[in-house]
Amino acid sequence: MLSVEHVTKYYGTTCAVDDVSFRVARGEVAALLGPNGSGKSTLMRMLTGFFPPTAGRVAVAGIDMADRPLAARGRIGYLPEQVTLYPELTVRRFLQFVAEVKGVPGRRRRGAVADVVARCGLEEVVERHTGKLSRGYRQRVGLAQALLGDPEVLVLDEATVGLDPVQTVELRALLKSLAGCTMLVSTHILSEASVLCSRVVILSRGRLVAEDTAEGLQRRLAGVERLLVRVEGSAERARATLAALPGVTRVEPLAPDGQAGAVFAVLAPAIQPVQRALAAAVVAEGLVLLEVRATAPTLEDLFVRLVSPAA
Amino acid sequence: MQGFVALFRKELRSYFASPLVYWVAAAFLAYTGYYFHSDLIYFVTFGFGTNIMENFWQIVFIDIRLAFILAVPLLTMRLLAEEQRLGTLELLLTYPMRDGAIVAAKLGACLVVVGALLAATLVYPAWVYHIQPFPLGPVVAGYVGLVLFVVVCAAYGLFVSSLTDSQVLAGFLTAVPLLLLWLLSWNEAASATATLPFLRALSLFNHFQPFTVGVIDARDVFYFVSTAGVFLWATLRVLEARQWRGRR
Repeated sequence: MLSVEHVTKYYGTTCAVDDVSFRVARGEVAALLGPNGSGKSTLMRMLTGFFPPTAGRVAVAGIDMADRPLAARGRIGYLPEQVTLYPELTVRRFLQFVAEVKGVPGRRRRGAVADVVARCGLEEVVERHTGKLSRGYRQRVGLAQALLGDPEVLVLDEATVGLDPVQTVELRALLKSLAGCTMLVSTHILSEASVLCSRVVILSRGRLVAEDTAEGLQRRLAGVERLLVRVEGSAERARATLAALPGVTRVEPLAPDGQAGAVFAVLAPAIQPVQRALAAAVVAEGLVLLEVRATAPTLEDLFVRLVSPAA
Repeated sequence: MQGFVALFRKELRSYFASPLVYWVAAAFLAYTGYYFHSDLIYFVTFGFGTNIMENFWQIVFIDIRLAFILAVPLLTMRLLAEEQRLGTLELLLTYPMRDGAIVAAKLGACLVVVGALLAATLVYPAWVYHIQPFPLGPVVAGYVGLVLFVVVCAAYGLFVSSLTDSQVLAGFLTAVPLLLLWLLSWNEAASATATLPFLRALSLFNHFQPFTVGVIDARDVFYFVSTAGVFLWATLRVLEARQWRGRR
């Protein structure tokens, strides 16, 4: 349904997207995953015909974006990362405008707008000016305009960015309710991808580093075990000490959780030899060991492994 | 076509939802009304029984033209600059509509507003005609000239608006060159003699002059139409520039 073949994009001499190829089949929900600055938005803009790739081909429902841009764009519903609306229009007027631009016939326009208003839960704000909406509602209006005209593919760029936790949960539920639509959802939040999507495409520094189902990615973690270690003292020394333990393949510092000490995820093919040597090594370095816990490896570990500069 | 109609209607709605258009209209009508009145008083007082219609309309059209130099930039400045500032242009450019339809709808809506201002000035000749009928030909020619003049000003303003995301800058960069050209035509002695013929050939104001005395010259019409065409073409190229970023 959506096909990306050897797509490359340069800005001047900077390569933003480098020879990326993937497909999204009809009815499939795929996640485009990558850290900030990995080329997701550039790729999204090429998929929606905003600008063409430097090289490669994008096709929507078999229609080449370069050959028949209007026909291809007509089959895509796009939610940009920054949802921008005309503040002087009410939600209803804005959606009527979009329906008309997308060629929804006059007699069906009112019904089409009412349908997306209901699907996106906008009944309460439909007569409100878009400039006066909360961020959550603006995102819903953005999704409603993307759904107008019954597009064959939905392209959603960072749909939940900037939303509070309640709005995020609501919007994810809304996206889940669109099951059956072909969707490409870009995000930098792995949990979002694993909740919404059957397939994950991972971009890093413009290159495709993995393309698999969420389960497939999980399987790649087989053979990897994970220890969570909390140490008090120099974080740098702690990291070096942990990395030097027998069998350790990777040490990832985790975000501070408000408790004492620095927290590290230690990955190894087998954790028992690491556990045996860990306490003595930490103490020998003059550090204080506060916690050691075996945990299941997460998709985050794989993601970090794939997109980190050392990968 | 559907995209053009939708955007044209949306643009008109945006114009009339903003207080700016009402302030511009009020100032425009106050200015042109004042000059119409003072020009009429002047010609009635100092005409000494000659046919005042020979020069009166020429002065009125020149004054209306100056009012448009100030009004049109205020009406064009938001057209594309606002879309760029808000970021709505990205969404607009991903809808199934041609760039040409976007430019045409924006210009069309602006010309409807400018046309409404121009139509409101018809009350001046209508009122004079009611008191003392006069030959209508020169006045019609003057209005044809004004229409062509404002189309060029609007096309230029739209082009400038495509270059920046600042409305203020777009308005400023539209008004200042128009005012400078006007000053130049007003005081030709201030220009170097070598550049004067060149500036005259390019000046909107010298091509406008024949219309105010009732002469419609095909060369002047061609000048206005082609100048507007150049600015619209340039606006399209600016919109398309995104397509060329990163091309090799």
